[in-house]
Amino acid sequence: MTEQTPQPEKKQPRDAAYWASYAETLKVSGVADGATNINVEGRRAVGPLQGFGKMWQKTYRVRLEDIDVTPAEVIKTWKEHYKDFWPEGNVFYAPLAGITPGEVALISGSLPGGVKLSTGVMVLYADEESFSLMTPQGHPFSGWITFSSFEEEGATVAQAQVLMRANDPLYELGLRMGGHKMEDEMWQKTLANVAAHFGATAPVETTLVCVDPKLQWRHYRNVWHNAGIRSARHMVTAPLRWRRTQSQR
Amino acid sequence: MPQAQVKMNVRRAGENASVIDIEGELSGFAEGVLMDAYEQASEGGVRGIVLNFEGLEYMNSSGIGLLVTLLIRVNREKQKLLTYGLSEHYKSIFQITRLDDAIEMHDSEKGALAAV
Repeated sequence: MTEQTPQPEKKQPRDAAYWASYAETLKVSGVADGATNINVEGRRAVGPLQGFGKMWQKTYRVRLEDIDVTPAEVIKTWKEHYKDFWPEGNVFYAPLAGITPGEVALISGSLPGGVKLSTGVMVLYADEESFSLMTPQGHPFSGWITFSSFEEEGATVAQAQVLMRANDPLYELGLRMGGHKMEDEMWQKTLANVAAHFGATAPVETTLVCVDPKLQWRHYRNVWHNAGIRSARHMVTAPLRWRRTQSQR
Repeated sequence: MPQAQVKMNVRRAGENASVIDIEGELSGFAEGVLMDAYEQASEGGVRGIVLNFEGLEYMNSSGIGLLVTLLIRVNREKQKLLTYGLSEHYKSIFQITRLDDAIEMHDSEKGALAAV
């Protein structure tokens, strides 16, 4: 009789459960009422290396001074109430499973001219003290946003950090013509709302660093997936789709 | 901020490359350690910076962000960034985050050095 030597169990890294699994394209598990899934399903997730514009690292942080809350409690609350902390004008349709790795959320934002921007994000990473969202092709920027909380000099800090490039030349132009300011205001308000939820009123500190001033012209074709253009076309052609549906009845 | 739970050892590998052995956790708190290691690795004008991930125990999304900013610095200096020793799990993370588009992954130090 031969004795089988037990194979050593392959140890999973401690972070294994925190990361999304690799998938070639994004899949939306459910579309909430009011959400439009025209620019997410079937798109690839893209990071800061796949974008067109200058690369920026933007950090927004607020100190929850004199508030008795741990970083894990901040992140738990932030995940649960993510959509409630967003300023008015943008809607985040949280995935049914919540902010968990690999889930995809749809977003409805506002563009100049009354155009409703339909896009989304994938939950790239989520642990007890941080989570990251990664953007799909066609989103205004290519990259990810990391929300984290940690202790610093006796206070708990809540932080959002964006590492991004504009996805295509049109978005780069838009960001330069006021888009960056709008984005900064959005995250500043979000951080202020998080702080207010815990009863803190400290100002939001903003640090903007241009990591790479070069434009990546080889990615100018990203404009093909531009969610702004596709959302506008979807809006303009809505009456045609309605007429077609009526005539088929 | 909490202390980085990581050690980085820099060694020269031939005339054209330096290897950075990463042991421990790669998170946002490792920024200072990684950038110091890179500066040390760049001394003498090497062409290739090789990251050895055999000792990597943990990495979060801020750690991946650090690798992106390191890559930009390396490109600016007209150097090449390569890796070896990534487990299947971390190779998959390079794929998800699309870092594999820009950073070469090799199975061994010899392979990485040959590609510098």
